[in-house]
Amino acid sequence: MTELNPYRPEMATVIEIVEETHNIRTLRVLLNDPEKMKAFSFQPGQVGQLSVFGYGESTFVINSPPTRRDYLQFSIMQAGEVAGRLHQLNVGDQIGVRAPLGNYFPYENMKGRDILFVGGGIAMAPLRTLLLFMLDNRKDYGDITLIYGARTPNDFCYTYEFDDWKKAGASLILTVDNEAPDWPHRVGVVPKVLAEEAPNPKNRIAVTCGPPIMIKFALAALKQLGYADEQIYTTLEKRMKCGIGICGRCNIGEKYVCIDGPVFSCAQLSAMLPEL
Amino acid sequence: MSGKIFVAHDALSGLLDDLSKKFKVWIPQMMDQASGHIAFGVYAPGKKPELTRRSRLSPKKILFPSMDTLFKFTYVKDPKDPVRYTIDLKESFDNGPTLVFGARPCDTRGFQTFDQVFLKGQYKDVYYERRRQNTLFATLVCQDSDTACFCSSVGSGPADMTGSDMAVIPIEGGYVIEGLTDAGRKLVETSGSAPSPEQAAAAEQMKRNTAALKIGEDDLTGYADDLTRRFTDMDFWREQVSPCITCGVCTWVCPTCYCFSITDEASGMSGERMRSWDSCMFYLYTLEARGHNPRPTKMERYRNRVGHKFSYFPKKYDGMVSCCGCGRCIRTCPVSIDIRKVVKELKETADDRA
Repeated sequence: MTELNPYRPEMATVIEIVEETHNIRTLRVLLNDPEKMKAFSFQPGQVGQLSVFGYGESTFVINSPPTRRDYLQFSIMQAGEVAGRLHQLNVGDQIGVRAPLGNYFPYENMKGRDILFVGGGIAMAPLRTLLLFMLDNRKDYGDITLIYGARTPNDFCYTYEFDDWKKAGASLILTVDNEAPDWPHRVGVVPKVLAEEAPNPKNRIAVTCGPPIMIKFALAALKQLGYADEQIYTTLEKRMKCGIGICGRCNIGEKYVCIDGPVFSCAQLSAMLPEL
Repeated sequence: MSGKIFVAHDALSGLLDDLSKKFKVWIPQMMDQASGHIAFGVYAPGKKPELTRRSRLSPKKILFPSMDTLFKFTYVKDPKDPVRYTIDLKESFDNGPTLVFGARPCDTRGFQTFDQVFLKGQYKDVYYERRRQNTLFATLVCQDSDTACFCSSVGSGPADMTGSDMAVIPIEGGYVIEGLTDAGRKLVETSGSAPSPEQAAAAEQMKRNTAALKIGEDDLTGYADDLTRRFTDMDFWREQVSPCITCGVCTWVCPTCYCFSITDEASGMSGERMRSWDSCMFYLYTLEARGHNPRPTKMERYRNRVGHKFSYFPKKYDGMVSCCGCGRCIRTCPVSIDIRKVVKELKETADDRA
């Protein structure tokens, strides 16, 4: 009897590593089974559980878009035991992957709309998958603007891609928390820059992701600008183990971030118990 | 009438001997005479089932071991290029034919919660599923309630045979064992001789009398929205839970608490991925890698325990509370927190204030 065991990871090989910042690195991985790699299908926003055998599993978003299938990309901030171990891997090392898990950004409903991305720090990862997916389907979407903030100029991920994003039709507004030497872009926390930029909510969808404190104030700023709850999407994170709605720990009331999320609209969030 | 046998008290060991040739038979047995600790253990000839006193621990571990290996892994070096390696991964399943003899209705019913979560969701838990499919339950019609029992308060009762394959009905001189499912009937019919008409009638009478008992005063179902209303009332939660020492024994003894952790245990080049019982009463349960904890104090954590059983679960599963009313959390709590009182007061005080 062979049946699908949702706890059994697929073996994968790290094929490339990008050191993004002093504490964030990106792993590009391939499933070892070429057939499974070829058949692997996912949606923007879905996550994977990465295993370092002997240390455990941890959840990361697949931040490469489904439109680019050369490898699966995960960006990892050094925090916790598994992430720490992922930071020690070399090209050629073996990890386990259980993916795709969770829901995804409802990009079908976003077609024909202007899109505003609001991201902070490592949380650019889930936005990157949707941003690239939209840039690869550029004609389906209107204006695409990204407000992306980090603590310092050295804390941005994917800086080597910024020019490509712009060429593909995205407007980038970069900001750092405090003044920094030779920093040519904006200064101030993301919600403040968002309020200054004041993108018109008409026919626009806002997708925001960041540390909880940023999300809190970004949501407030968006509402101030007139965005309705249904126009705002965010992703949540919780400590997870199984990732498949069984082990119980990532619940907010009766919702489980692992299977009912990680993507939620602000309207969904408002209907949930306040336990973020 | 087919599907029933009578087993005299002095013939029970013989029956269990026979059954244990075909099944791994679990019975409630005395683990420690001094403290009266009864728990489920594997039957072996000579062991006596404790069928007149409740067990301190439920049979939860039989389908859901407190520590369970999901798979074993080994790093295998490439002999030609020793910096390269592959990982050999072997799942392990432990699922021989199993019989649980002498669990109480609350014990057996506890697995109804597991079935919803582990079998009927988007993903199937194959480890639980295999054990579940290979396990039969011969459940005792319960005569031994105490003041902590409240099975009738959660939609069950001392003769509730939900999830059971056989009913074990105590009567004068022994037990009538009645097959309830096909598998149960088949096993019963090959395991002994039919009861006399008097014995069969006594068993029916016993079932009826027991089913008429009301164990627990209040109906504790239907509190889902009361919890939602009470959610942010931290004074309420502080008052309810201030004595709690977050020891987690309520979740350990609970037949419906299924939340678990997954961890790797490794030594040298090999190891295991294990799952083990966890508890939402622990700080580490929800602590995130970067330090944030959505349930930082025992108030949020106890709120989740009560909420999960009496609000979130029924909202998700058609009104079903994930509490079987066995009373173990009440009996074992070192500071005597009574979940019945907490649930009731969700409503009462809300009404008072309204």
